[in-house]
Amino acid sequence: MSYAVETRDLTRIFAGKKKRRIRRKRAASEGDEHLGPVTALDEVSIQIRDGELFGMLGPNGAGKTTLIKILATLLLPTSGQAFVAGHDVAKDPFPIRQRINMVSGGETSGYGLLTARENVWMFSQFYGVPSKVSKGRIDELMHTFGLWDKRDAKVRMLSTGQRQKMNMIRGFVTDPDILFLDEPTLGLDVNAARVIREYVTNWVRSQEGKTVLLTTHYMAEADQMCDRIAIIDNGKILACDTPDNLKRMIRTETTFRLEVDTMRDTATFSTMQGVKNFSHTDDISKNRTNLTFILEDEGPVAEILSAITSQGKKVHSLQKSEPTLEDVFISMVGRGFE
Amino acid sequence: MKPAAVRRTDLRYRIGLNLRAVVGRSYPRIVGANREPSWIFFEALLPLLGIAAYVFIYQAFGTRAIAAILGSSSTAPWGMCGQAPCADAAQQAAYLAMAKANTNALIASVVLGGTMVAFWLNVLWSMASQLYWEKEIGNLQLYMMAPMNRMALLGGMAVGGMVMTSMRAVSTLIAGIFVFGVLFQVADPLLLLAVFFAALVALYGLGMMFASLYLLWGREAWNLSALMEEPIFFSSGFYFPVGGLFRVPGWGPIVAIVGSFVPATFGLDALRQLTLSTTAFGGKLWIFDAKTELYILVFMAVLFLVLARYSLAYLETLAKREGKLTSRHQ
Repeated sequence: MSYAVETRDLTRIFAGKKKRRIRRKRAASEGDEHLGPVTALDEVSIQIRDGELFGMLGPNGAGKTTLIKILATLLLPTSGQAFVAGHDVAKDPFPIRQRINMVSGGETSGYGLLTARENVWMFSQFYGVPSKVSKGRIDELMHTFGLWDKRDAKVRMLSTGQRQKMNMIRGFVTDPDILFLDEPTLGLDVNAARVIREYVTNWVRSQEGKTVLLTTHYMAEADQMCDRIAIIDNGKILACDTPDNLKRMIRTETTFRLEVDTMRDTATFSTMQGVKNFSHTDDISKNRTNLTFILEDEGPVAEILSAITSQGKKVHSLQKSEPTLEDVFISMVGRGFE
Repeated sequence: MKPAAVRRTDLRYRIGLNLRAVVGRSYPRIVGANREPSWIFFEALLPLLGIAAYVFIYQAFGTRAIAAILGSSSTAPWGMCGQAPCADAAQQAAYLAMAKANTNALIASVVLGGTMVAFWLNVLWSMASQLYWEKEIGNLQLYMMAPMNRMALLGGMAVGGMVMTSMRAVSTLIAGIFVFGVLFQVADPLLLLAVFFAALVALYGLGMMFASLYLLWGREAWNLSALMEEPIFFSSGFYFPVGGLFRVPGWGPIVAIVGSFVPATFGLDALRQLTLSTTAFGGKLWIFDAKTELYILVFMAVLFLVLARYSLAYLETLAKREGKLTSRHQ
C-alpha cells in the first residue's frame, strides 16, 4: 500500500516568544501556560492513502494547521518523521513541493493591483506551469468556480467568497497530486462553500492518484466529504476511521439534545451517574441553552430533567438523536468545539 | 490505482522553472505597479522638486561666481579669477567658461543623482522591505512552499523593480534635461551602460540581502530604512560629487568611505565621469577612474548576490525551525 502522506510519531513543539525568561516568569505568576513552549503536535502517526479524501477534525489550536505546514515543507518537526509522496519533508523537500499545493481559509494572498486571472497565473509560474497551459486551466477553473465574470476584476475588488474561490483556483491550477486544504470554507456563505466542497470531492473521485488532506472544524463538512477522518485535540490523534465507523463507536451510547432556558450552572451534570459526557452552548438571541448529553443508557434522563426544573428553568425541547461526529468528539474529549 | 504523474527534475526543467518564476514575480511590479497613472505625478514629477532645490542653489553659486569674474574694479580691471585678480581678458574668459561648465556639471550631477534616488528608494522600500510585506499579506509561505529556487523569487522582485524604476528614472531624467537645460557628453556609451547595469545589479543585490535581514528584524527594520534614506543621500553623494567629501578635513573622508559601501556611490561617481567628462570640476572630485569603479561595482554585485543567497537560505532554515517567519500567525 502506497501512502500519499505518512507521519511517524510526529511532534512539534513551539518555543515561547522572545524575551522568554521574562515571559515565563510572568506566565508562572499569572498561571498562563501559553506563553511557554507549546506542544502543537504530540507523537502524531497517520497514513493517508493515495486517492483518499482525508479529514482532520478538531477545534482551533488542536494542531491541524501545524500538521499541514509540516507536510507542506514550511515547518520542521521537532521529532518524528513525515513523508509526502514517499519523500521525507525534512530531507527532500523539492520533489514534495512539485507535487503539492495548499489553500487556507481566509487567505489574503496575492496582489490587489493584479486581476484574479493574473494573480493565479503568477502563482502557477512558481511551479513552472507553461503560460499557455496555465491560462487554459485558469479559464476552465474560473468557469467551474463561477468566477468567470470576475476574471478581469482586480483582486482588491473581490468579495471574501470570490477571493477564496480564486485561492482555490490557485491551488488546483498547478495540478497537484496532493492538496492540503486548511479550513477552506471558513467564513464563506452557503453557496460558495457548497461549490468548493463539490469541486474538491469531484476532483478526488474523478481522477486517479489525487489526494486531499482537509482540515476543518465543520463537522458536517467532514462527514459529507471525507473517506476517513482523524479527530485531533491538543496535538494528539484521538481516533481515525471512516465517518460511519467513528459514529458507530458511540452507537452503544445514547445521545440526547435539550433546549432549555439559559442556564449558568451546568456543573452538576458532569457528576451525575450515567452521564458519560456533555456539552452546552448558549443561544443568546433566544435566551436559551442547548445541552447535548452522551449517556450510557436512558436512565439518567429523569434526573437531568429534574436538575433543570429544580433551578426553575423550563425545558423547551428534548430529542433523542443518532450520533453525529460532534457527538463522537464530545464523547472523546468531554467538550464541544466551542 | 494509477500512480501520480512523474515530475521532471532535470537541469533544463529547473532552469525553465526558475525563469518562469522570475517572470511571474516581476509581473506585478512591471504591470501592476504601472496600472495606477498617479505614479507619473508622484514618482516622475515630484522628485523634480527635490532636484530643483539643489539646482537653484547651484545656479545661485554659479551666478555669484560669474558675477565675481565679470565684475571689474580699479584693483581688478579684468575681474576676479578665484582669489586673485585676473591677469588679462584671456584668463577672464577661461575662468568664465570654467565657471559655466562647473555650474552645468553640478546641475547635471544633481539631475543624475536625483534619477538614481529612485533606484535607491526602490531598493530600500520595495526590495529590502518586500519579504516582510509578503509575510504580512500571506504570500511568503506560498512562495516558500513552491518548488522554485528562492533566488528566483528575489531575482523576480529585483528585475521587476529595476524595470519599473527605470521607467520612472528615465522620466525624471528627461524631465530634468528639459526643465533645467542640462547637457551631457557621453564619450564611452558601452562603458556607461556597463557601469549602469553593474551599479543596478549591485544595488539590487544589496536589496536582496537586506530583504532576508529585514524579515528577521521585523518592524524594527523600518527604522533602518528611514535611517538609510537621507544620510545615504548625503554620504553617497546623490546631490553632489562625493569626491568633494574627501576634501573636507576630519569627518569628510570617513562619511565618504562609509557611504561607499552603498553601490550607488561608485555607480554615481562613474556615471558622472562618463556623462560629464573626467575633466569636469577640474578632474579633482572623482574617487577613482570609471573603469576601477566598474570593477568595484562588479565585485560588490557578486558579493551581495552571494550574501543574499546565503542569508535567504539561513532565513528559510530558521523559518522552518522556529515556525514564526513564514506566517504572521505563528
